[in-house]
Amino acid sequence: MWEYVCCKGFFPKFDLHFFNKIYPKKYLNMNFEFTEEQLMIRDAARDFAQRELLGDVIERDATATFPTEHVKKLAELGFMGMMVDPKYDGGGMDTVSYILAMEEISKIDASVSVIMSVNNSLVCYGLQKYGNEAQKEKYLKPLARGEKIGAYLLSEPEAGSDATMQRTTAEDKGDHYILNGTKNWITSANSASTYLVMAQTHPEKRHHGINVFIVEKDSPGISLGPHEDKMGMRSSDTHSVMFTDVKVPKENRIGEDGFGFKFAMKALEAGRLGIAAQALGIASGALERAIQYSKERKAFGTEIANHQAIAFKIADMAVKVENARNLCLKAAWLKDNGKPFTTEGSMAKLYAADIAMEVTTEAVQIHGGYGYVKEYHVERLMREAKLTQIYEGTSEIQKIVISRGLLRD
Amino acid sequence: MKILTCISNVPDTTTKIRFVDDNKAFDKNGVQWIINPWDELALTRALELKEASGGAVEKISIITVGTKDAEPVMRKALAIGAEDAIRVDTEAKDAYYVAMQIAEAVKDGGYDMILTGIESSDYNGSSVGRMVAEFLEIPSVSSVSKIEMEGGNISLKREIDGGTEVLETQLPFVAIVQKGIALEPRIPNMRGIMMARKKPLTVVAPAEGEALTEFAGFELPEAKAACKMVDEDNVKELVNLLHTEAKVI
Ligand SMILES: Cc1cc2nc3c(=O)[nH]c(=O)nc-3n(C[C@H](O)[C@H](O)[C@H](O)COP(=O)(O)OP(=O)(O)OC[C@H]3O[C@@H](n4cnc5c(N)ncnc54)[C@H](O)[C@@H]3O)c2cc1C
Ligand SMILES: Cc1cc2nc3c(=O)[nH]c(=O)nc-3n(C[C@H](O)[C@H](O)[C@H](O)COP(=O)(O)OP(=O)(O)OC[C@H]3O[C@@H](n4cnc5c(N)ncnc54)[C@H](O)[C@@H]3O)c2cc1C
Repeated sequence: MWEYVCCKGFFPKFDLHFFNKIYPKKYLNMNFEFTEEQLMIRDAARDFAQRELLGDVIERDATATFPTEHVKKLAELGFMGMMVDPKYDGGGMDTVSYILAMEEISKIDASVSVIMSVNNSLVCYGLQKYGNEAQKEKYLKPLARGEKIGAYLLSEPEAGSDATMQRTTAEDKGDHYILNGTKNWITSANSASTYLVMAQTHPEKRHHGINVFIVEKDSPGISLGPHEDKMGMRSSDTHSVMFTDVKVPKENRIGEDGFGFKFAMKALEAGRLGIAAQALGIASGALERAIQYSKERKAFGTEIANHQAIAFKIADMAVKVENARNLCLKAAWLKDNGKPFTTEGSMAKLYAADIAMEVTTEAVQIHGGYGYVKEYHVERLMREAKLTQIYEGTSEIQKIVISRGLLRD
Repeated sequence: MKILTCISNVPDTTTKIRFVDDNKAFDKNGVQWIINPWDELALTRALELKEASGGAVEKISIITVGTKDAEPVMRKALAIGAEDAIRVDTEAKDAYYVAMQIAEAVKDGGYDMILTGIESSDYNGSSVGRMVAEFLEIPSVSSVSKIEMEGGNISLKREIDGGTEVLETQLPFVAIVQKGIALEPRIPNMRGIMMARKKPLTVVAPAEGEALTEFAGFELPEAKAACKMVDEDNVKELVNLLHTEAKVI
């Protein structure tokens, strides 16, 4: 019957050739192949992690030692400012490359990758996008070269998920501001030299009164709380930072008066991609270790991979990792192509962080008793995974971002 | 001075080796390609020499005999620091053919030092270096573990039975390098990767000529038997196994 109708010409035959002519771009854009360059960056990150990080990652985690030399080498390779425009001494790479690099480094050492992530996608990104030329010249360049490390200071003892409740104040004194207050949980607080600080100037305007400043860490009036004794990522330094009458020149304010909250949110949008890729790397690192172990360890006369319960766990883990990777890359692709990526970025971060927790837990399970001791790495990956559900927006906050995006219209 | 490094594009050392076409060809499906490890070290040493030479080494070039598939590996060599690259566009059929192609492509290039690895980790022929030197009618030194440059003088150290030999050579020459030539290959940095885009990679047509060998077939080595553990106080069992299973006593 259908054939008859078509033959009679009621419906024009579907002509793929014609379709291709109308939508050639749509077809061409759907491309899962990485470029030669992207692969080279992935391999460089992998080699670096194997060669420079794997050797002492367990020890640095145990002793909570900052990876000073490691970060220096990471900087020499250009990873600390890899997405910054070469005009400002960066690597000029795209976000897809950044995801690939973050995944590889996080497979081995998430403490190092969080330092890299904060510097790249929060601090350098924010400065490049919203800073003025003088600020970029003075502050972005050394950060992009990795000679200096950057920190992002938004959270406070009583302003975490609800970052609008900034208690840190920035009093306008004409040619300068005076900052007072306390920031909490600041990654790289001790090792960084350049701080991006959010502070309230006009409390009556609520979050529209917040400003963002570039503050040099050695400014008089800044002091640090003790190194936080963390569950995971212990090799990165996290501190609270106290500001007591800290004088900041007016030219160090980024953007117009009151731009701070918007800045903070925009930077987090980009930063989230870094943390999503970090979670992805933690998960894929755990998966790789679980696969390898399951092919070596024997129980009941055969490698445990031959027990279907284990093989199926591996299948489930692999599907989750692949999904997370695709979400991360899609969000990165949107960003690289100048398209909105807020919702997709949040989806990637939410999903990757949640599955990082699941996959690392299963990896410990597959390792049995060996999984519960430090030597086999997976217990550390499990501790690291937990943090990805908390910082740069908790999983609950990601759901708020995603649902608002969907329900708004 | 100009240095040329010959780069062979080889399967990653962890590749699972399979054959197709009645065991007459290597199955390239899903293989990850790398710079032959010796060649990567040779390139590293070339870069070190250049950096220490205060301008005396003007340029480092690389050459690969191979199809377009070899280009990612060549780009990596450019990202690490080589200035330009030549690809002779043909299947690398055997050592003679490869050496002949290299010699033809570089004979007028004015290279003073040509580096090859001691062997290519795919077919382990250990022949290309010397053959290149023969084709070009220049000296070659094999098993070189150290290259030093002082002013215009080159000294080469090679391992020989029970000691080392130090040689000096005229230019141009071929050095066939081995372990010790450089400590660790370099990881390309972002700047290098970005610059590699713009560096010239010249594709030249192969010279006329034939390979001298043809592959009759490949065989995989027999799988190694699993290791058997014998209890330390069960010597009798050990002797028994050595006699009946391993058949060595
Ligand atoms: C190791 C580490 C490093 C960090 N690095 C930095 C940094 O460099 N810079 C920086 O500024 N901050 C940093 N943070 C802070 C981090 O971003 C915050 O911890 C995070 O935003 C959560 O805030 P909070 O801890 O105050 O939790 P709270 O906001 O108090 O949240 C507590 C719980 O309530 C939930 N919750 C809150 N509001 C809602 C809601 N509306 N609906 C549903 N659930 C909700 C949260 O999801 C969470 O489960 C870091 C934190 C850690 C632990
Ligand atoms: C059995 C067999 C099958 C082969 N099949 C194929 C095939 O299917 N496809 C294919 O592309 N090649 C093939 N080859 C060629 C192979 O990849 C080598 O390029 C060639 O045989 C030289 O290898 P060798 O082991 O003799 O090199 P060696 O003499 O061991 O290599 C020494 C050095 O010579 C240089 N060198 C070697 N090869 C090259 C090269 N190609 N370009 C530049 N410098 C080089 C390197 O510096 C290397 O360190 C085959 C070779 C053999 C022996």
